[in-house]
Amino acid sequence: MAAVRPMTRTDGAFPERSVRATIDGRAVTVPEGTTILAACRAEGTEVPTLCFLENLAPVNVCRACVVEVEGSRALVPACSRPLEADMVVSTRSERVDHSRRMVLELLASSVDMSLAGPDLERWLEEYGADPARHGPLAPTGADRQARAGRHGSVAGEARATLDQPVTIDNELYVRDYSRCILCYKCVEACGDQAQHTFAIAVAGRGFDAHIATEFDVALPDSACVYCGNCVAVCPTGALMFKSEYDLRQADDWDASRQTVTDTICPYCGVGCTLELHVQDNRIVKVTSPMDHEVTHGHLCVKGRFGFDFVHVPPPGAEDTRR
Amino acid sequence: MFGAGGGTSSYEEFHHTDLIVLWGSNARESHPIFFHHVLRGMQNGARLYVVDPRRSTSAQHAHLWLGLDVGTDIVLANAVGREIIAAGLVNREFVRRATLDFEAYQASVEPFTLEMAEELTGVPRDAIRQLAHDYARAPRAELSWTLGITEHHNAVDNVFALINLALLTGHVGRYGSGLNPVRGQNNVQGGGDMGALPNKFPGFEDVQNGTVRARYEAAWGRALPATNGWHLSQMFEAMDRGDMRALYIIGENPAQSEADSRRTERLLTGLDHLVVQDMFLTRTAELADVVLPSTASWCEAEGTVTSSERRVQRVRKALEPPPGTKGDLEILSLLAARLGFDWGMPAAEAVWDECRSLSPMHGGMAYHRLEALNGIQWPCPDEAHPGSPFLHGRLWDDPVGGAKAAFHPVRHDPPLDALSDEYPIRLTTGRRLDSYNTGVQSGRFSSPLRRPESLNLSPEDMRLLGVVEGERVAIASRRGRIEAPVHADSTLRPGLAFMTLHFPDQVSTNTLTLDAWDPQSGTAEFKATAIRVERLDSSDSLEASADAVNLKVGV
Amino acid sequence: METSLSAGAADIGTAEERAAVDEILSPPPSPWVGGERSPRALHVARRDGTTLPPRSLLLPALRALESRVGVVSPGAVNYLAVRMDLPPAEIYGVAAFYALLDVGEAAPPVKVHVCDDVACQLSGAGGLIAALRERYADEGEASLDGVQWHRSPCLGQCDRGPAVLVQRAGAHAADIEVVAATREDVVRAIAAPGPSPTPPAVVPQVGDPSLVVLRHVGRVDPTDLDSYRTAGGYESLRRALQLGPEGVVDWVADAGLAGRGGAAFPTGWKWRAVANQADRTHYVVANADESEPGTFKDRVIMEEDPFAVVEALTVAGYAVGAEQGYIYIRAEYPLAAARLRHAIAAARQRGFLGDDVMGRGLRFDIDVRQGAGAYICGEETALFNSLEGRRGEPRNKPPFPTTHGLFGKPTAVNNIETLMNVLAILEFGPARFRAVGTPDAAGTRLFCLSGAVARPGLYEAPFGTRLGALIDMAGGLMPGRTLQGVLLGGAAGSFVGPTALDTPLAPADLKAIGATLGSGVVVVFDDTANLTGTVLRIARFFRDESCGQCVPCRVGTVRQEELVARLAAGRPHGTVADELRLFRDLAQVMRDASICGLGQTAANAVDSALRLGWLGG
Repeated sequence: MAAVRPMTRTDGAFPERSVRATIDGRAVTVPEGTTILAACRAEGTEVPTLCFLENLAPVNVCRACVVEVEGSRALVPACSRPLEADMVVSTRSERVDHSRRMVLELLASSVDMSLAGPDLERWLEEYGADPARHGPLAPTGADRQARAGRHGSVAGEARATLDQPVTIDNELYVRDYSRCILCYKCVEACGDQAQHTFAIAVAGRGFDAHIATEFDVALPDSACVYCGNCVAVCPTGALMFKSEYDLRQADDWDASRQTVTDTICPYCGVGCTLELHVQDNRIVKVTSPMDHEVTHGHLCVKGRFGFDFVHVPPPGAEDTRR
Repeated sequence: MFGAGGGTSSYEEFHHTDLIVLWGSNARESHPIFFHHVLRGMQNGARLYVVDPRRSTSAQHAHLWLGLDVGTDIVLANAVGREIIAAGLVNREFVRRATLDFEAYQASVEPFTLEMAEELTGVPRDAIRQLAHDYARAPRAELSWTLGITEHHNAVDNVFALINLALLTGHVGRYGSGLNPVRGQNNVQGGGDMGALPNKFPGFEDVQNGTVRARYEAAWGRALPATNGWHLSQMFEAMDRGDMRALYIIGENPAQSEADSRRTERLLTGLDHLVVQDMFLTRTAELADVVLPSTASWCEAEGTVTSSERRVQRVRKALEPPPGTKGDLEILSLLAARLGFDWGMPAAEAVWDECRSLSPMHGGMAYHRLEALNGIQWPCPDEAHPGSPFLHGRLWDDPVGGAKAAFHPVRHDPPLDALSDEYPIRLTTGRRLDSYNTGVQSGRFSSPLRRPESLNLSPEDMRLLGVVEGERVAIASRRGRIEAPVHADSTLRPGLAFMTLHFPDQVSTNTLTLDAWDPQSGTAEFKATAIRVERLDSSDSLEASADAVNLKVGV
Repeated sequence: METSLSAGAADIGTAEERAAVDEILSPPPSPWVGGERSPRALHVARRDGTTLPPRSLLLPALRALESRVGVVSPGAVNYLAVRMDLPPAEIYGVAAFYALLDVGEAAPPVKVHVCDDVACQLSGAGGLIAALRERYADEGEASLDGVQWHRSPCLGQCDRGPAVLVQRAGAHAADIEVVAATREDVVRAIAAPGPSPTPPAVVPQVGDPSLVVLRHVGRVDPTDLDSYRTAGGYESLRRALQLGPEGVVDWVADAGLAGRGGAAFPTGWKWRAVANQADRTHYVVANADESEPGTFKDRVIMEEDPFAVVEALTVAGYAVGAEQGYIYIRAEYPLAAARLRHAIAAARQRGFLGDDVMGRGLRFDIDVRQGAGAYICGEETALFNSLEGRRGEPRNKPPFPTTHGLFGKPTAVNNIETLMNVLAILEFGPARFRAVGTPDAAGTRLFCLSGAVARPGLYEAPFGTRLGALIDMAGGLMPGRTLQGVLLGGAAGSFVGPTALDTPLAPADLKAIGATLGSGVVVVFDDTANLTGTVLRIARFFRDESCGQCVPCRVGTVRQEELVARLAAGRPHGTVADELRLFRDLAQVMRDASICGLGQTAANAVDSALRLGWLGG
């Protein structure tokens, strides 16, 4: 069995030296190059993350994972900053808690995070985020066509949000950018962290920055190859398999009725592990484990979506002899 | 050559190699997740070389693409070998210690100068030279191929030509250096592993080896035939001769997947008895006397498959199968009972345990270990063994452990379906990203990528033929004639056309292909068909355009 | 990657669009990137530096499209995708990042950018905007004669507002700076066949012997290398070559030179760090993306003393071991860019740049790269990304540019004023340089005076000069007016009240009153100024200029603007105290958790205004 190497390492070499530092008053020793986040997790210290994922290089944009490092003027992102020798790190100082609270509050004040999962709900509570104090929701939301560096006049009565219609332009997945926290994961997964298709990028600037194909053309007009790797990494339900979306629209999505079974993709001979999410004896979603060394969580269009054939009735099931 | 048939490296080694050659492989579309490993290697600094007649999507990622003419792989490989020798880049120590017959190989490649190779392959000589030098100089190099190498009448020779290059440079048997056929179908590797070959027991042990046979005879309590069986192409020949009168097909659709489909269908209908066991009423099943509806083995049953990196992996039951279907194992057991053998109704694990008690390379692969380790790569002889990420490390022992690896000199033998005045365009076939084989599985989901079948032509040929995008044309080969719309494809050269086999109900591409097969492997030459393209709307323009094509290809 | 053309466009651009791109990129070497499909070439493809243009040419190509056709269209993006082997979505993402690039099917040929930023607000921007609305159309709408106007952030002409930048596309393409602009000036500039001449910069101290950085200004013909040499030009490089690279770094360190861009980092330390990097490919970058509202000092230097900029960057390259330098200049400075390009060409021709600089076997050359309307690109790592053809998003630091800078290589990036000081150090020696200023801030500073002073313009004064004295140098306030406040350091700086007039302009003294010198901005507000409008403008500025990458800044700047608007209108949510608490929460997260200096300083000015009791705070 070959040792599993994390996809984010690029040097192919294993760290040789170790680093001693202090996290929340406890001495820790980790291999050189270990991030503060990894060191915290190894210690069992929870650090909230939104834009971080094990199988992608950290982009450190959400700032939910910031920690306080003695001697550093600003807080530092734990997800990307390596622990250095003699660093003194606080993961729950007053400043850290304030920043986390505000990051969560600012996101929740502008984005629909209702499908962002139980961890997020817990963090909003734990850090005391209060999105409502930024005012009532503005009647209209984001303008995806807004020109960089310009925006309309602001009265401040209501708070701007990313509210916008759901984009359904193909049969495999839907895009609801009113849920997008701009974590860049989909762009990274579509780009050089996995798929290298580059069908989507961040366009625009500031609050109007958004995930887009070129000129916001529909996915079928773009380079998209429907691997679904963007959907698989989306933390907020902004990208969703159509199968899941339809069930949710029909109020029939029920995780408690679902089983997840690992198996191997029936198509080419690469041997990708599929996690089949099954509800009422139908496959409703296909994912792959991120820690598996064949797929690292990524699939192609056939493995991700090509399962409908098992739901087609079999040939002449009751009368096989002619 | 090396005994067991399987890729020598792990995918993970592609992350840490220095150079990757994909030869006759459009892994980007045919093996997308394998290609992720290639891309990761490139990000880590590896260079990618792609050898393919088309500038495929894989080739579009390559640092260097060598667009050889269809069926000239041996010319190119031998020229690369000759250049490596001529430039003094042979790994002499490895060749001396670990190989046999270098001199014969050297003599055989001597005629394959860069000039000759450029002439026959079309690839500029400096590109051939660069491939030779870079492959030989790379500290680690992975060479990988797919059906572009094996779907030829001389498939095995093609493979030998590539293996020779690895022997010349020592690019086999080390971490990051290896030879890797990537399997086109799920569990093709597993089929071979399990002895679904006419001459092998499970674990690639020879049927004709008396010691091995005795082991199986002892376990099963019966004498076993000492002779090799027939491979697929031989079976069709036997049907043609009338020597084979009954056929039991499990999970294959030869009526559409085999070359020269009109002949295939004639032979299948001519049988006394045809049994087809499948999930679907395929074209082949429609011809059958008995159809046994089976479950989907990958999600409605338990078992194992083997991947292209020799990883034996568990498949599991996630769905209750539809009523009326039975698992393959159950069907076989019931059939055995009707034939008078009471096997009971063994669970998949029990069958697997019997297999690994007999096949030494699978010995250590207990189910609980397969689960815990996310699959195990063979050989894995016992339960203390971690499995084998790469093969043939023995070649680097001094002295070499076991037999030395022999060079196999091979001759260039052009495609049997020769281009002529009458059939001036070379048609090759391949896959699209969202489709698979004859579309039985992949045709059912709503793929936004799916386009109808088309005859892809270079923009130049379309101009010469006077056809426009989407226009239906007739395509004729020496075996048949079909119709399809044309599609402009700038990754093609004049004289090179492309189709898939995905939509046999729309366009029966295999009506055109030649069933000439490789005597050593039994694979058919899907990759090289000579065709003519005719316009449908006007007979005048048809002649004119045929002439134009003839002019274009210089005949 | 796969060549993937967007189905959003039917083509690969018009002939005009392709010509615009071809002007920037060398001819396509193979059929796979748009070249001729010769039979032999269809058998091979290479993807490496020999066949693909560097991605860093993307922004120049996008600028060429904007200039020639006035828009970056889907077809043009497809052509760029083919030529550069880049994904259309990424090209679009880059183009849509910049305010001065139009993206879409079509755009009017003439775009008028009217500065309504803090200084121009004080010099009649409001009236000009009303006049343009009347003459052409509403903001953002094209007039019948193809003119579209927009309000613009600071154009760097603060001492002679209101300022306008006219972007004219097509056969007579030009970027035209109009200062002290009237409606008629704008109409005339749009109609003029060629680029209109820009009036010379305002430097009231011309000829003053105490000038250090500005000593050449007004005495040297900025278009004539001989004139520059007669005034002592290239003596500093000669001295540098005598000292050797380490000697230069030592002198710069000994002189105590600190960066003049805002962060005041010790230049000698930075250069030494780059020079010592084992990776031998080093770069030097002159950060001429001067965009801090209220700042125009670097523009004046580049327009009036461009050879000195070239010489100084050559010294920097020599000192840190770089063979290639870049000057990244904001798009709003066309005259400065033209002067620099002319100076570089002249220097190259005379052997001051190229493979054998001054006959000493030294290899060094300089490229000028223009931005396209993005304040954030003045942040050094955002500048690198922009120069590399990516979105101008700042990178997290560490790693710092000294180890991972432009193209991932060790890079010394310096502000223009900083580089000019290097020439002075070499000319006068570190001791004499250090003798000016305060013990902890050596030398002089350039101050950009605008607003309610009698003689706005660029001033040079030693560190430690009192704010009141500086305002007096500019002629003081107009008769009968009283001082309300001063904006120090730009939008990222802070407001100070009249009590600060006695404060010496030196880092320690300013820090004590919660202010910074920043980029030397001094905008003076008398009792006629609408300070609420100024604060609102600053809040709008940060919301417009945030790159959008990190949450604290992307959303924080929006919430800050909303809050300021509520206070300005006198309609707080809850009590004013509630709003102030909310503001402090916003300010702290932006300061603590933003990736870069933009977010970290975005609340400074508003904070200071509230502390001064403005906005009812």
